[in-house]
Amino acid sequence: MIPAPFEYVRARSLDEALAHLQQHGGDARVLAGGQSLVPAMRFRLARPAVLVDINSVQELDHVRTDGVLTIGALARDVAIERAPWIGDTRWSLLHDVSRVVADPVVRQMATVVGSLCHNDPAGDWTTAALAARAEVIVRGKGGERTVGIDEFLVDSFATAVQDGEMAVAVRFPMPDDRTAGSYQKIERKVGDFATAAAAVQISLDAGGRIGKAGVALSAAGPCAVRVAEAESMLTGQTPTADLLRAVSDAAFRRSEPQADLRGTVEYKKHLAGVLVTRGLRQALARLGVQA
Amino acid sequence: MKVSIKVNGVAYERDVEPRTLLAYFLREACGLTGTHVGCDTSSCGCCVVVLDGTTAVKACTMFAAQVDGREVMTVEGLADGGTLHPIQQAFWDQHGLQCGFCTPGMMLTSYVLLKNNPDPSEAEIREGLSGNLCRCTGYQNIVKAVRQASEVLRQAPAAAK
Repeated sequence: MIPAPFEYVRARSLDEALAHLQQHGGDARVLAGGQSLVPAMRFRLARPAVLVDINSVQELDHVRTDGVLTIGALARDVAIERAPWIGDTRWSLLHDVSRVVADPVVRQMATVVGSLCHNDPAGDWTTAALAARAEVIVRGKGGERTVGIDEFLVDSFATAVQDGEMAVAVRFPMPDDRTAGSYQKIERKVGDFATAAAAVQISLDAGGRIGKAGVALSAAGPCAVRVAEAESMLTGQTPTADLLRAVSDAAFRRSEPQADLRGTVEYKKHLAGVLVTRGLRQALARLGVQA
Repeated sequence: MKVSIKVNGVAYERDVEPRTLLAYFLREACGLTGTHVGCDTSSCGCCVVVLDGTTAVKACTMFAAQVDGREVMTVEGLADGGTLHPIQQAFWDQHGLQCGFCTPGMMLTSYVLLKNNPDPSEAEIREGLSGNLCRCTGYQNIVKAVRQASEVLRQAPAAAK
């Protein structure tokens, strides 16, 4: 289908983009990679009156690692997939996601921040951002504010970005030295949304105990969900098979998926538990630990 | 709105609605029907074209307005006059197609894949083409074709654009 008519404006700078967004308020949407927004417009699920194209705003096209990882609103998925640091075990969660989000052609256009802003219930970057405790930089008329990812992801296809505002970057805190993660996704075919997926990131202290733990699920609720119970069960503990089983049960309980063509509620809840265990096993293996 | 888009080296100036998708711009405003529309939802990859010589994009999921002032290469731009591009020749030699509907997208995705990775392994080819669907071939001969093209292009880089 062809999208409903709209007015197209190409912003040359961030200030210009914000001026357009403030002028048009809730009628305007930002066009970055467009890999979620354009299909949504084609299905008439989205009918913005104005599209503000930010693809010429070079200042938003950056990936920086200076004490914290900052990914600008125009950085494509492929920039993460091919980042020089992506092989570092500490970033293994992002490594995994960057290889399974959408497909290799879509990743040349799609952006990380755009995916967060789309906030699909079965999103991949949203789930990883929860597990890695990212924060989103939102800019508007009154300046910039930093929003924790838990507050940013409000509901299906809804975020904390207000009318006239724009998400300009996402920040991932630099993981501790002995940190690893994993992203486990079940999909019907390459490029499909997750039937179920789990993001985990853990760090080990000098004594081999889990210092920090992040556990989140995709396709398990209105948007990506944090499994806080699993995180507190893991924190401070030495990883064992029994602990992993208990964490898997917590993920199963937390998952509240919708039945659809990809699977039943029962099946998806089962996957949530299994995938969290697999993710933790892989993250631990990446740190040289068997559990 | 007025757009000026260079397609296969030729400038096309057209008046389009902002909602005109690049795939339909190429097919209807430029008359270049080699860009196929399969799923229309960025899943199948039949509409892949090359943007600014470096990026493979699904033309059904991009507006022509976004490409104003930029360069696009479609499958019609691969051959040099009557001489097939090594990727086209390889698809011919290896029987990398049956019905041919997915072929333009397969070849242009391969074009960018080989630019970024001139000597890909079989696994890398399969991964690189995983956003392009083929209902006929079972992919075996497509993979063989990309391997052949990779060899030819490495031996005679001048044949590449």
